[in-house]
Amino acid sequence: MTARTTVRLGPVSGIVRWRQLVVPLAALALLVLLSAVSLGRGDFPIAIGDVLRTLAGLGEQAQEFIVLELRAPRIVVGLLVGLALGIAGALFQTFARNPLASPDVLGITQGASVGAVAAIVLSGGALGGLGVPVAALAGALLTGGLLFVLTWRAGIDGYRLVLIGIALWSAMAALTDWLLTNAEIHDAAAAYVWITGSLNARTWDNAVPLALSLVVLVPLALAASRVLGVLQFGDDTARGLGVRLPLAQAAVVLVAVGLVATSVAAAGPITFVALVVPQIAVRLTGGSRPPLLASGLLGAVLVVGADLVTRTLLPQALPVGILTAAIGAPYLLWLLVRGRRRSTL
Amino acid sequence: MTIDIRSGPIRLAAEHLRLAYDERVVVDDLDLELTEGSFTAIVGPNGCGKSTLLRALGRLMRPASGQVLLDGRAIARTPTREVAKVLGLLPQSPIAPEGLTVADLVARGRHPHQSWLRQWSRDDEAVVAEALAWTDMADLADRPVDALSGGQRQRAWISMALAQGTDLLLLDEPTTYLDLSHQIDVLELVGRLHAERGRTVVVVLHDLNLAARYAERLVAMKDGALVASGTPDEVLTEQLLADAFDLEARVLPDPVAGTPMVVPVRRLR
Repeated sequence: MTARTTVRLGPVSGIVRWRQLVVPLAALALLVLLSAVSLGRGDFPIAIGDVLRTLAGLGEQAQEFIVLELRAPRIVVGLLVGLALGIAGALFQTFARNPLASPDVLGITQGASVGAVAAIVLSGGALGGLGVPVAALAGALLTGGLLFVLTWRAGIDGYRLVLIGIALWSAMAALTDWLLTNAEIHDAAAAYVWITGSLNARTWDNAVPLALSLVVLVPLALAASRVLGVLQFGDDTARGLGVRLPLAQAAVVLVAVGLVATSVAAAGPITFVALVVPQIAVRLTGGSRPPLLASGLLGAVLVVGADLVTRTLLPQALPVGILTAAIGAPYLLWLLVRGRRRSTL
Repeated sequence: MTIDIRSGPIRLAAEHLRLAYDERVVVDDLDLELTEGSFTAIVGPNGCGKSTLLRALGRLMRPASGQVLLDGRAIARTPTREVAKVLGLLPQSPIAPEGLTVADLVARGRHPHQSWLRQWSRDDEAVVAEALAWTDMADLADRPVDALSGGQRQRAWISMALAQGTDLLLLDEPTTYLDLSHQIDVLELVGRLHAERGRTVVVVLHDLNLAARYAERLVAMKDGALVASGTPDEVLTEQLLADAFDLEARVLPDPVAGTPMVVPVRRLR
C-alpha cells in the first residue's frame, strides 16, 4: 500500500512513494490527451493531424486562427486555473486540517465576484477588457487579506479560519446579490455569466498574466510542502519540531490566496475544483494529506475535461463552472454523509 | 522554597517568569532550575499553572516578563530550529492527521535535522528505526495512528520525541485518558528514556503517587507559584497536601517502591 523507495544522491536524499509519483504522471498524460482533443473539437472540428501541423506552424490560416487564437488560450487558461485551484485547495485543506477549507467556502472567490460584478455593474459595461479581471483580482486579494487579518491571533488557527471564512463568504454573497439587484438587466446578465466561471472568449491577455504569476507561486507552494507536513500536526507540535510558526502559516495562506486570486481573475469563480480535487488526489495517492502536485494536475484535468464536455457533448455550450459545480456538489454531500474518510481508495 | 543543587550543569531555567493569557496572570515571578540528567515532575491542583509553565519552558508561550534560559541562552532569542535539536516536547493530547502511519509520524521527529534537499538521510532512517524498536512500535509501524489504542498512540508520540534526538524532553500529562496499566506503561517508558538514554525529563503529572514513584524530583505549584521543590520524600508531606491541594491525607511509604504514597482522607474547606 505504501510502496516506497529511498533515494540518495550525494547530499540529496528523500523518499519516493510510488503512488505519489504515478498519480501525477498519469494525470499529466491525461491532461496532454484532453488538451489535444480539446484543441481539435468544437463547432469547427479539426483533425488531430491538422492540429499538430498547426501547432508546428504549418497549418492553414483559418485553422491557425481557430487553434491558436480561439482554442489554445482557452485551454491554457483552463489548465492553469485548474492547476492553481487544485494546489490552493490542497494548501488550505492541509493547513486547516479540514476538507471544507477551500477558497470557495472561505469567501475568497466570492470576494472576487464582488469585485468583478461591481466593475461590470457600476461602470455600466464601460469597463471591459482588463478592467474586470483586475477588479476580480483586487476583490479576491482584499477578501483574502481580510480573512488573514481577522483570523490572525499571534498565528492562524485552522478552525477559526474556516468559521471566519464562512462568515466572509455570506457577506460577500450578499454584496454580490445587492449589486445584481440594482444593476441594469444587460449588465446583470454579463455579470451573471462571469459569476458562473467561464472559459468563453479567453485570450492570451488572460493566459499570460496568469502563467507569469503561477511561475512564481507554484514553486513557492511546492517549497512549502515539507513544512506543511509538520503544520498539519497543529501549532504546538509544529513549534516543537522547530517550525517558525506565524511566519510559516502566513506564507502558506498568502501563497494560497495569491493562487486563487490570479486564477479567479482569469476565468471567474470556477467552483468546487479547489474543494473536490485535493480530496480525490489524497484518495488516489494514499497518505495523510492532499499531495500538492497531484492536486494541481488533477485540477487541470477536471477543468480542461469539464470545458471539453460543455463545448462538445452538451447540447448547449454552458459555462464550465456549472459543470464543475454539478460534479462538486454531490461529491461534497457524499463527503459529509460518509463522515470519517479512509486514507486510501 | 529550596532549589536542590545537584551535580551537572543547568540545562533549562526559568528566571522571574511571569506568564499571562491576555490580562489574566497565571504564573508570577517563578524561578526554576533543571539540571542535566534530572527527571522532574511538576504537580499541583487543576488550574495552578503547571501546564502553562511547561509550555513556557518549551517556548510554546511567550512570557509576559522574565525569561527561560536553555543552556544559559535566552530561549526566545534562540532560533526555534536550534531549540528543536536540543529540546523535544509532547503536548497534551496531540493530534495526528487522519491516515498518517506510525512510521510517518515518528519520521516527522527528524524534521529539525532535515532540509529541503536532505529529506531522508541514512541517519534519519537509522534513528527512526531505532526509535520504533526501542518503544516496541516496530510491528505497528505501518498502522495509521488513528487506528491505535490510547496507550499505543502515546507510545507512538514518545517514539517521535525519541526520534527527534533531543537531550531534553518535556511531556504535558502524557498519561491523560489512559487506564492505570497504560499509565504505568508510558511512565516506565519515560523512566527508561531517562535512565538508559540519559534524557533530562520534565513531566506534568496529575497522579501524585505515580509522580513520586517515577520522578527523582517533584516541583509542587499552587496559584501560579512554586510551593515546594525537592525529592518526593521532601515534597509530599501531609502539610503540603493540605496547603497546596486542600487535602487532608496520610502519607505512607509505597509498599512496592518505598516512595511516598498519598492516601486521601477528605477535602479541606
